[in-house]
Amino acid sequence: MRAKPLAAARFAVLAALAALMLTPLVWALLASFRPPDVPFALGSVFFASRFSLANYAKALALAPFAHYFLNTVLQVTTIICAQLFTASLAAYAFARWRFPVDRLLFTVILLQMMIPTAALLVQNFSTIRFLGLYDTIPGIALPFFGSAFATFLLRQSFLGLPRDLADAAAIDGCRWDQELWHLYLPNAKPALAAIVLSSLSFHWNDFLWPLVVTQSDAARPLTAGLVRFTQMGEIGAQWGLLSAATMIVTVPLFIVFLVFQRQFVEGYLASGLK
Amino acid sequence: MKRPRILPYVLVAPTLLFVLVFTVLPLGEALVGSLFKLKLNVPKYQHPVFVGLGNFVDLFKDTEFLQVLVNTGLYVLALVPLLLAAALVLAFLVERKLTALSFFRLALFHPTVLPMVSAATIWMFFLTPGYGLWNQGLHLLGYAGPQNWTGNPSLALPALVLVAFWKNVGFMMLFFLAGLQGMDRSVIEAARLDGAGGLRLVTRVILPLIRRQSVFVSTVAFVGAFQTVDHVFVLTQGGPSGTSTLPLYYLWSVRFERLDIGRGDALTVIIIAVLMAFTVANFLVNERHES
Repeated sequence: MRAKPLAAARFAVLAALAALMLTPLVWALLASFRPPDVPFALGSVFFASRFSLANYAKALALAPFAHYFLNTVLQVTTIICAQLFTASLAAYAFARWRFPVDRLLFTVILLQMMIPTAALLVQNFSTIRFLGLYDTIPGIALPFFGSAFATFLLRQSFLGLPRDLADAAAIDGCRWDQELWHLYLPNAKPALAAIVLSSLSFHWNDFLWPLVVTQSDAARPLTAGLVRFTQMGEIGAQWGLLSAATMIVTVPLFIVFLVFQRQFVEGYLASGLK
Repeated sequence: MKRPRILPYVLVAPTLLFVLVFTVLPLGEALVGSLFKLKLNVPKYQHPVFVGLGNFVDLFKDTEFLQVLVNTGLYVLALVPLLLAAALVLAFLVERKLTALSFFRLALFHPTVLPMVSAATIWMFFLTPGYGLWNQGLHLLGYAGPQNWTGNPSLALPALVLVAFWKNVGFMMLFFLAGLQGMDRSVIEAARLDGAGGLRLVTRVILPLIRRQSVFVSTVAFVGAFQTVDHVFVLTQGGPSGTSTLPLYYLWSVRFERLDIGRGDALTVIIIAVLMAFTVANFLVNERHES
């Protein structure tokens, strides 16, 4: 019986690693619930304090996090809706028909997967300014309206549907949009979920691009808001306050993740099928 | 079925338009712009002046840029192998059934879900000199070196590696895990019966079996490491004295702090060339392996 001690050792190693990985987040969470007037000292962070929400109240008073939250939600929703729309149409065309230069067009679109938009932020910044969309939510969202990843994934999924089925639908007088809406999309739910979740976590967490194209709280999302908050002069080393702000920014998506854990993981894995 | 003549192009048009405007066009702009000197804060260069490859020559003569190259090399060389090795080990650990397994997986994976700026802010606190838990932990292990990780020229870059490692190791683990779970068990049993064990079993049998996942994970790790920048903004701002400046941070600072548009374009060209070269090399190696 060699298996028992081995399993116990594996359990112990995993428990230790899990504890190590969780420490930073748990520590920040605990710090955020300390009363602001109790100073940090060596060893006293985990214990010897009262529970308090004062840091959260103060963070919310110092920066418009509710507004940042709304901006993030609007920005991410706009991007996801636009991507699903444009990608469904393109993926349908590529999966349903062969047409002159279709390969070429598909390759041009796939170029976007090789060249991360982040590397082109300087030029895209100029484009957004030229379009008069600087410091607006559409300005943050627009560059991501077309998605090579979504088009690719949906096309793969559409190709899995038997051609005869679509042809039969067409003979029955089904228009292309009915075909897409009633036949193709309902059969592509896993791909759609993967696109929504990977897009959600990417754009919810995106920082540099929104930082570059915003200058006021009107359009600023949570990530850029948090970094601005950490650099505010009066914050200094008030770690409880900083931790509270971090939690405000982090917890909403984290809860969504906990609820849809399985789907998230499948979404991440789907991004690896490229 | 008869194919409509115009419709396919109409349906492809929106996606194509956005890719053209926000990927292809900017690429062209960067290529052309990199050949001109254009600085918004220098009167002489407020209108573009053609300088050929001058911007590139200037960059490679500039110690500041060479420092960025060194930083990037060190960062990628430290982070990527560390991530891959740890992710593989973790995947082995969480692969088989065990009590509380889903909790362990969640504990290892949770930083993936946090925004990088949140992860970096949490670590800014975690790394605080004095009562920061990181330094307290190291102190228990006998470390007596400098404590100000983000402000020390030789520790700022390692601090960034540390945060990126914590943030991404669970994500990488996920792909190895999927590979391990999709493996044909009988092959491993057979290899084991033939006397392959331990490290040889891993390198000769298991790694080839999950090659597809390994290639993907290395690509993601490399491309990701090359473009991560959020933690630089939060933790070090590229300092002290440029020792933790990474490519995208440098690009941001050249364009938006120094308003040097020509140099920004040249940098964009270099960054994209490296990424494309990597992708193409990866593809070629892969193709040769498949055939």
